[in-house]
Amino acid sequence: MTTPQEVQRPTSPFHGNVRPILNEVLHALDKLLGTNESTTIDLASLPFGPGELEHLEALLGKGELSAELDALGTSSIRETAYPGVWWLEHRNAFDEVVGRYLEITRTPEILSSQDADIVAGRAHLEDQFE
Amino acid sequence: MKKRPTVGEILQAKGVSRRGFLKYCATTASILALPPSMIPRIAEAIENARRPSVIWLSFQECTGCTESLTRSASPTVEGLIFDAISLDYHHTLQAAAGDQAEAARHAAMKENDGNYLVLVDGSIPLGNPGFSTIAGISNVDMLKETVAGAAAVVAIGSCAAFGGIPGADPNPTGAVSVTDLVKDKPVINVPGCPPIPMVMTAVLTQFLTFGQLPALDKFGRPLAFYGQTIHDRCYRRPFYEQGKFAKTFDDEGAKAGWCLYKLGCKGPTTYNACATTKWNSGTSFPIEAGHPCLGCSEPNFWDDGGFYEPLSTGHFDSGEKLAGAAAAGVALGAVAAAAGRRRQAKFMKEG
Repeated sequence: MTTPQEVQRPTSPFHGNVRPILNEVLHALDKLLGTNESTTIDLASLPFGPGELEHLEALLGKGELSAELDALGTSSIRETAYPGVWWLEHRNAFDEVVGRYLEITRTPEILSSQDADIVAGRAHLEDQFE
Repeated sequence: MKKRPTVGEILQAKGVSRRGFLKYCATTASILALPPSMIPRIAEAIENARRPSVIWLSFQECTGCTESLTRSASPTVEGLIFDAISLDYHHTLQAAAGDQAEAARHAAMKENDGNYLVLVDGSIPLGNPGFSTIAGISNVDMLKETVAGAAAVVAIGSCAAFGGIPGADPNPTGAVSVTDLVKDKPVINVPGCPPIPMVMTAVLTQFLTFGQLPALDKFGRPLAFYGQTIHDRCYRRPFYEQGKFAKTFDDEGAKAGWCLYKLGCKGPTTYNACATTKWNSGTSFPIEAGHPCLGCSEPNFWDDGGFYEPLSTGHFDSGEKLAGAAAAGVALGAVAAAAGRRRQAKFMKEG
């Protein structure tokens, strides 16, 4: 047994863990178009080798729309190059990634103004008249 | 009992928007290993959940479990202490000491009788009560007294869950696990040396969210995190299937990131979530750093053969068990994910 001297990162990111996700996205798009049903894939629950997550992100690319949410840390919500496929990344107050998802939907729910916030905001606006 | 505020009320008081709350619920679903479709139910449950009182007892341990917990990314330990739970007693983290600390423990027990959680890290020495004492009280007496009014007990780390290193041969202190002593309360084992911080906080969050304990395996471990082996979810698994193995720590196979099975990896027999949850905010885990899994979340891992001996040389009688394990879990990627979701669905149904 020798003492480890160096561990190199594999030169190829292809461990075979990206392709099944692309297949799942494809099926989710069919479901969205067929029955208008959205799908969320929690990327934290799937195995990725070094470089594979970045490879998946690069494969999906960037689309026309991106948004940033500032609530309990920042979140980025970005449509990929494939319409209907959204890349969501949630960070906590220390800027650590706490959740990473692919949402196959027309608009991620978190982008919509929420009733509770609208009610609170309306009350605040009304206060401006006093 | 004083009525504790709900988590929804706490977040509202802090000015957290509904969007922020939905984000919190999404990450909670993720750490609980629940499918995203559960997020609305989680949101409803969390809004109405009240902070449980938690008493943390540290016995024969190295404080590694607390070190691990304080590095939990989500929820943060600060958030956990101030928002999600009421941590009323913890040697290392509390400000009080001596009589005041013991008074805090007794007050929490009295005020929350029948409803508080007891977290234990470290094994309990039975060889001589004097081997480990706190405020002059032996570990076994403190455990029995504190557990009497608890709703449930969580054994944090392999020492509390299985005896761990203090219980390893020749076990000089007569160390035993929590389940060896606590027979009349639900006990959840969260083993690991240390356990993954997210798993520790997730078990607490599960209790907070649904007011019930998670489904457990035969060793009392939450199935959501210990339902699959490291090998099942390892990104190097394809190399195992292809027969590509590192044979030394610095050969071409090791440099290419091939399977570490022949270097003693215990991934095929170790149930834990390291391969997907990972460590240091999801940065990596031992196998990704080039070292075999030691199997630290399994009972008696310390005495269970050499760390660098392949499983086939001593752990599997004739290789049949391993072949069976491999045949049962050949599929990777989407198939593994689908199986995971089925397990999650089953977990929710049973839970």
